[in-house]
Amino acid sequence: MRFSGLRVLKEGLTGNKGWTPHWRDPEPRSEYDVIIIGGGGHGLATAHYLASVHGITSVAVLEKGYIGGGNVGRNTTIVRANYGLPGNSEFYSHSLKLWEGLEEDLNYNVMHSQRGIINLFNSDGARDAAARRGNQMMSQGDDAVLMDNAAVRKLIPYLDFEQTRFPIYGGLYHPRGGTARHDAVAWGFARAADQRGVDLIQQCEVTGIDIVDGKVRGVQTTRGPIRAKKIGMAAAGRSSQVAAMAGMRLPIESHVLQAFVTEGLKPCIDTVITYPMGHFYISQSDKGGLVFGGALDFYSSYAARGNLPMAEHVIENALTLMPMLTKAKVLRSWGGIMDMSFDGSPIIDKTHIDGLYLNCGWCYGGFKATPGSGNVFAHLIATDTPHEVAKGHRLDRFRTGRGIMDEEAAGSQHNLH
Amino acid sequence: MRLPCPLCGERDLREFYYQGAAVSLTRPDPDAGADAWADYVHLRENLPGDLEEMWHHAQGCGAWLVVTRNTATHVVKGAKLAMDTKRADTKRADTKGART
Ligand SMILES: Cc1cc2nc3c(=O)[nH]c(=O)nc-3n(C[C@H](O)[C@H](O)[C@H](O)COP(=O)(O)OP(=O)(O)OC[C@H]3O[C@@H](n4cnc5c(N)ncnc54)[C@H](O)[C@@H]3O)c2cc1C
Ligand SMILES: [Zn+2]
Repeated sequence: MRFSGLRVLKEGLTGNKGWTPHWRDPEPRSEYDVIIIGGGGHGLATAHYLASVHGITSVAVLEKGYIGGGNVGRNTTIVRANYGLPGNSEFYSHSLKLWEGLEEDLNYNVMHSQRGIINLFNSDGARDAAARRGNQMMSQGDDAVLMDNAAVRKLIPYLDFEQTRFPIYGGLYHPRGGTARHDAVAWGFARAADQRGVDLIQQCEVTGIDIVDGKVRGVQTTRGPIRAKKIGMAAAGRSSQVAAMAGMRLPIESHVLQAFVTEGLKPCIDTVITYPMGHFYISQSDKGGLVFGGALDFYSSYAARGNLPMAEHVIENALTLMPMLTKAKVLRSWGGIMDMSFDGSPIIDKTHIDGLYLNCGWCYGGFKATPGSGNVFAHLIATDTPHEVAKGHRLDRFRTGRGIMDEEAAGSQHNLH
Repeated sequence: MRLPCPLCGERDLREFYYQGAAVSLTRPDPDAGADAWADYVHLRENLPGDLEEMWHHAQGCGAWLVVTRNTATHVVKGAKLAMDTKRADTKRADTKGART
């Protein structure tokens, strides 16, 4: 089934009776060429690119819950390419370009909206850093505009510019940044992979990884054993748990990040705003809810829910920046399990076990990476060589100290990134 | 979440600074080699369930605590002073001659 304007019109006029499920619900086969553990955005995207770019269609994505139930359906949907360090900057630039052609590639409306993102700054030093970052973004072909206070006032006049604690000096604007509908991204990749023959197996938890003579043979699951020549681990917040099945310990700690959404309001925020005071950021969904969040709760967690002190802190940030929000009612809050790496950057690499590949360490920023991560991970699995733009995301950088990508200059403490 | 500081009693989460899994109680010897040190600095068990971790009562008495907490439920099982734990460990290690 292909989506098109004509199809929507026809279905609308005939009672919407012709739509079929987006993907099959197959029984697992006994063997596949490739198994992907984790049906989040990255696992599904990997399956899609394995099939569409490399012609590998004997692929199963094994998901312990349901498609879209992990972080891919819990994030605050920001998509951007404004990373600073070599290794990361070209990777996220590659990912943003994939986003820009994604809806055609998937034949699916993921509601990618390049409404721009503005990173505010509050000091002279931060302005210099923003100018440097903007230049670096432009020099690799991405877009950035350094704005002074007057320009920011024109773009988003409703901030409290005069507050004494964190007065707004200006911002770095990235017009190609924006948001996308997170669930639709999962569904779009799932549907596209399924149409090429990939089996999406839900309610199928991997409970063991079979390794013989240093080589993978398959996995044990709650729906029986499945053999495979190659296995890609893309379990995000549960990466350490999955890697432990192969006897590995990772440079990862799992942490909780919360997010919040208000009741639906009339359109008021038409871009994405970030505020350095406490990592605060906010945007407005197409349904009208203000979607916002801040920093990690700062302690290890697998609970997918946080505590009230961070909720209070985030809301203090919101009201400091935008006093107009005092009247908005918060409808929901939730948390997700973040795979925090020790330099705040991801790992996309082979492991020391033949046929076992690792994709993790996305911290709180892996949604924007979804197409890029799937694309380069598929490349690695298919060709056994790292993709050009992901050469830096090696697992051994933590052991050798070479090629550490510490965006926040926080050192080796997971929760500070 | 509240943490039971052995010196101050049960206190609000906001009074504490978090450092992660309590690996610093078993620091490798200086000459343990690069692999042991890379392991100590970066690699973590990181499984859901009970975890021993380091918390600093920064806004309270200033003590470092070893807290046992379940990372899947956030239930806090108990807290001891890191000072005592460390001393006990060192003494034990000393008698075995493993540490000087
Ligand atoms: C509150 C919040 C806000 C965020 N905001 C942003 C943002 O604005 N921009 C951005 O770029 N990023 C953001 N992120 C980060 C982003 O959501 C994640 O980095 C990204 O989604 C992780 O990749 P994924 O989609 O593959 O993860 P997931 O969707 O979590 O996929 C992993 C899957 O693996 C499955 N799994 C785990 N163990 C097993 C097993 N043993 N067997 C089978 N399956 C298993 C899980 O059930 C899960 O479905 C945010 C995250 C959170 C929580
Ligand atoms: Zn105390």
